[in-house]
Amino acid sequence: MRNILEIKDLRVSFFSNQGWVEVVSGVSISVPERSTVGIVGESGCGKTVTALSVMRLIPEPPGKIEGGEIVFNGMDLLKLSDRQMRAIRGNRISMIFQEPISSLNPVFTVGEQIGEAIRTHNRVSRKEERERVIELLRLVKIPEPEKRLNSYPHELSGGMCQRVMIAMALSCNPELLIADEPTTALDVTIQAGILELLNELKETMGMSILLITHDLGIVAEIADEVYVMYAGKMVEHALTVELFNNPRHPYTVGLMESIPGLHDTRKKLRAIPGMVPSPLNFPKGCRFQDRCSMVIDKCKVLEPPVVEFDNGHFSLCFRAEEVGQGN
Amino acid sequence: MSLGTYKGDYHGYWSGVWREFKKDKLAVVALCFILVLVGVAIFDDLLAGSNPIVLRWNGKIYFPAIFEYREFYAVDFKELAENLKEGDFAVFPPIRYSPTEYDLLSVLSPPSREHLFGTDDRGRDVLSRMIHGTKVSLSIGFVSVGIALLIGIFMGGIAGYYGGIVDFIISRIFEVMITFPVFFLILTILAFRDPSIYNIMIVIGATGWTGIARLVRGEFLKLREYSFVEAAIALGGGDLRVMIKHILPNALAPVLVAATFGVAGAILVESALSFLGFGVPPPNPSWGELLSQSQRYVDFAWWLVLFPGMAIFMTVTAFNLVGEGFRNAMDPKLKSR
Repeated sequence: MRNILEIKDLRVSFFSNQGWVEVVSGVSISVPERSTVGIVGESGCGKTVTALSVMRLIPEPPGKIEGGEIVFNGMDLLKLSDRQMRAIRGNRISMIFQEPISSLNPVFTVGEQIGEAIRTHNRVSRKEERERVIELLRLVKIPEPEKRLNSYPHELSGGMCQRVMIAMALSCNPELLIADEPTTALDVTIQAGILELLNELKETMGMSILLITHDLGIVAEIADEVYVMYAGKMVEHALTVELFNNPRHPYTVGLMESIPGLHDTRKKLRAIPGMVPSPLNFPKGCRFQDRCSMVIDKCKVLEPPVVEFDNGHFSLCFRAEEVGQGN
Repeated sequence: MSLGTYKGDYHGYWSGVWREFKKDKLAVVALCFILVLVGVAIFDDLLAGSNPIVLRWNGKIYFPAIFEYREFYAVDFKELAENLKEGDFAVFPPIRYSPTEYDLLSVLSPPSREHLFGTDDRGRDVLSRMIHGTKVSLSIGFVSVGIALLIGIFMGGIAGYYGGIVDFIISRIFEVMITFPVFFLILTILAFRDPSIYNIMIVIGATGWTGIARLVRGEFLKLREYSFVEAAIALGGGDLRVMIKHILPNALAPVLVAATFGVAGAILVESALSFLGFGVPPPNPSWGELLSQSQRYVDFAWWLVLFPGMAIFMTVTAFNLVGEGFRNAMDPKLKSR
């Protein structure tokens, strides 16, 4: 399958009062056409920065994309002018954010905002615009779209606001939708609805989704393949089924063990001990060494190699072969 | 508190502000007063003037006859009205004196049935001059604040949106501007330019934008960080589009409050300038100009002090009350009243 988006060896740094800090160190991700790719990781692991880099929305200064390529449909987004990039944002690549309510402008009605999204990239008459807005609201399954388009964001629930955000993101039929923790701020019951909607839209509109989340459950539900990120690095990649059946990185295993299962008989969930190291002082060698249950001397000196398995499954660990083999 | 009894549609932010504003009766009265003043300013020619509003003369209807017609060039309408033919008529404004009409036989006459507010030192009707002065005062107030708003929103918006070095430079510019004693700056500028109404508007506007700029800068700095701005950029909006269409509408409320106070300030400045003789050039009527005449006759001509003084005082107070009312209505902390 053709890749719609390929991130190659992306490096992003931020300037802090202690100098330049690399928060994304050589991340590579491929998003095939018409598929959903998940990026999972803890807070601060660089997953949002990766997503913002694709949109070229890293605030500069203090941020800076130091290196790598972001190839979207054959063109390197990092080489485009601001003007060219604006023509892509919201048109061919769209993004939805974590906080649906604050992502909507409080002084405009929902209809005006979706209309504005349409007008940003297209010349349309008032009538066409209204029809398209209603069509979009119907697409994201908002009941009574003719009425709701006159509502203000504060009159809608979080789930409804996220649907409106999705409608705005879809207004120009994008080829890629970046969803940055789209359901984190929502109730669990509403989460399921939004995820189902995203999944459906992916099929009907033939777009790809890059899903960023810290929730393995969400990934299991809708992603076709998963990248696991830790402290600015990709530590494991596999097809979703493969990853859950056969994790090959101690961190992935740790993440899975910290989720309660339906038939779980454990009295206590196991948490990963310790904290994510600060980007200011990443340890030498493997960045997960301090918290790893399988750490060996080598981890503290050398960068772990990329170990490959079947179906593009790879893991960044010296003991990848042993992981999950009864430990 | 009762829940669930709310009926009808909610129409957003401004209707909420209006609902709160209506609770402040004094501000509502002040707003009505301002609306009346605006009415007076717009229809000044219909309220006071020596020409008739409607005139039927030789079987022909002239409306509105307040404008100059070639047939009536240098015609005294008072005489004309007395010698009308059968079937002709003339409808005059309620105050039948033009603001520039001299009557040297009744100089400095106190209020009477003829001249409700008396006459000035050239025998001109004070009420007529005040009615026409309303137009001058209000238009200077609104236009100069409009100019200040344009400059202030532009400078403050750019400073707040871009931040960094741009913000640094613009902030220093308005800090320097603030250190000038504005009134003397205006006097100095007007000493070099001729004091036409337009120059006064421009000068007051060009010196009064700093407060608005600071306010807008603060709002833009704050709103810049909101997710909806990021979302707007993510949708492909350019800087200008994001600033004007997404941020500015959110920053407008406090700016409009400042603008209301600004109108009061500008009217006061214009009155002070006219009082000092740097204001609107004669024979244009203005409240401040009437007051300045009163200096010379203050020992007996009380009507020259009282009426224009009251007009300035009430107008400035009304604008301040309305500004205050809107500020309170927009303050979420006071919403629970």
